[in-house]
Amino acid sequence: MDNVLGTLNGIEFTIGDSLLELSYLIAALLFVYGLKLLSHPETARRGNLWAAAGMGLAMFTTIVLHKDANGTGISLTNIWIIMAAIGVGAVIGWIIARKIKMTGMPQLVSIYNATGGAASALVALLEYPNAIAGDVGSILVTVLGLIIGAVAFSGSMIAYGKLDGKVGDIMKPFMTYINLVLLALTLGFGAYIIISPNPPVEMIWAIYTLLAFSLVYGVMFVMPIGGADMPVVISLLNSFTGIAAAMAGFIYSNQAMILGGILVGSAGTILTILMCKAMNRSLINVIIGSFGGGGAALDREQGNIKEIMLSDAAVLLTYSQKIVIVPGYGLAVAQAQHIVHELDALLNGKGVDVKYAIHPVAGRMPGHMNVLLAEADVPYENLVEMDDINPDMPNVDVVIVIGANDVVNPAAYDDPTSPIYGMPIIDAHLAKNIIIMKRGMGKGYAGIENFLFFDDKTRMLFGDAKDSISKLVSEIKSM
Amino acid sequence: MEQILQFFFEYKEAIFIIALSVFVGIEVISNVPAVLHTPLMSGANAISGVIIIGGIILVGHADLSSFSLNLILGILALIFGTLNVVGGFAVTDRMLEMFKKKKK
Repeated sequence: MDNVLGTLNGIEFTIGDSLLELSYLIAALLFVYGLKLLSHPETARRGNLWAAAGMGLAMFTTIVLHKDANGTGISLTNIWIIMAAIGVGAVIGWIIARKIKMTGMPQLVSIYNATGGAASALVALLEYPNAIAGDVGSILVTVLGLIIGAVAFSGSMIAYGKLDGKVGDIMKPFMTYINLVLLALTLGFGAYIIISPNPPVEMIWAIYTLLAFSLVYGVMFVMPIGGADMPVVISLLNSFTGIAAAMAGFIYSNQAMILGGILVGSAGTILTILMCKAMNRSLINVIIGSFGGGGAALDREQGNIKEIMLSDAAVLLTYSQKIVIVPGYGLAVAQAQHIVHELDALLNGKGVDVKYAIHPVAGRMPGHMNVLLAEADVPYENLVEMDDINPDMPNVDVVIVIGANDVVNPAAYDDPTSPIYGMPIIDAHLAKNIIIMKRGMGKGYAGIENFLFFDDKTRMLFGDAKDSISKLVSEIKSM
Repeated sequence: MEQILQFFFEYKEAIFIIALSVFVGIEVISNVPAVLHTPLMSGANAISGVIIIGGIILVGHADLSSFSLNLILGILALIFGTLNVVGGFAVTDRMLEMFKKKKK
């Protein structure tokens, strides 16, 4: 391994050096291939394993073959410490991944994202003193890696807190300005570090200050965003972690890190754009957070709320041919996914066609409803995307809306004053009958009045979703 | 202007890699069905744990003769990175297994 192969730019390189770079190339290709397979249902699982194999390879060859600038490899004692640290992380990561309930998935994704961001920020922090004064390029990537990694870390921790119900949404109009000032301060301070002629060793205080600024900004940036905007924020933070890892890759001129990081960065960005489109809002609008309120300006015949008795609902459902269930975050909160599947299986047994209509931003992370219903054994071909189910809506006998609100609000079509005007929705209002399960008459996350509730075809079924559906199931069984 | 051109020339390889990877990333992911949004996100999340290589290099060449804050932070980075990698891939696999099982 230590045989000298040749010289490049006056520096000798060995077989080991060459093999290491070759392994990084293979790892990078495996990341691309894995991600490619991950975006198709039949191959997704294999794709994940290929990407994991690439990661394992890169880790192994780094430990065995990496040499520092003086050509010294990693000593055995250091290898033991590395193995111990990896062991601790792997065991904890594995146990959590295996034990977590599918309903806790949004929280878990946020936590893992936070750890990735933290690792990037720490690596940038520790590599900073090794940078050469005046080397703008390498200090630039170090500073960017630190800022983005730290924002991804603290932002994801806040996102975790919100998803877990530990942190509330704090939204004051003046916060937008505070955040802009904070962002300007963080970036300005970063720029100061980059252009400063002082050697990095004398700037340690500055890099720690920058870390503090970035952490605070991460908290403040996610703090005002909540509820229906969570899927956007989560995918945005996900792309941040990727970019932070890529920046660290530049510190080491490591192409596997650069490519892997940027791939994740673009994947996260695409998801973010998809989520924004599904809400008909721009990313800036989500971050500044001008959502909520308003919309009631349109004077409209309110009509009356009509409730439905459980027995009537049971009859209506049993004698339908086509039923569509529209799940929302309320389904996840009530943990009603298993009982709702029992309902759909029961009706299916009576010859009723039951499908689920999934809005892209239903829930609190991209794909939330799919994961939740898959956990309850709902076959995924029964989960239909919004654009595919909408044309069929007029033929649907009953739409059951469970814990969703804004994604079925017809104001998106006909009320230009509404904040959600123009947002693509599931056309529940076109169905022949609509049953809405809700805990009370509260407005949705966005605080917008939903005229679907007052529609002539609409019947309300108040109460906890899990409770209502189990009563409905026993009612249908007893028929 | 000259400074920008100088910067570009000095770092041209890096800039090429960024531009091409962004393109590859967008091409590879586009048209992903909604059912895969969560697994794609957590799988990608695990890939961003590639930062672990930085952690290995840091701890691998750390001076062990004296006990330092940097060593502890390096070890912490390694633990966090591994959590991200192992946990991310494991949970993605579990989710996808769940999807597969249901397919009749």
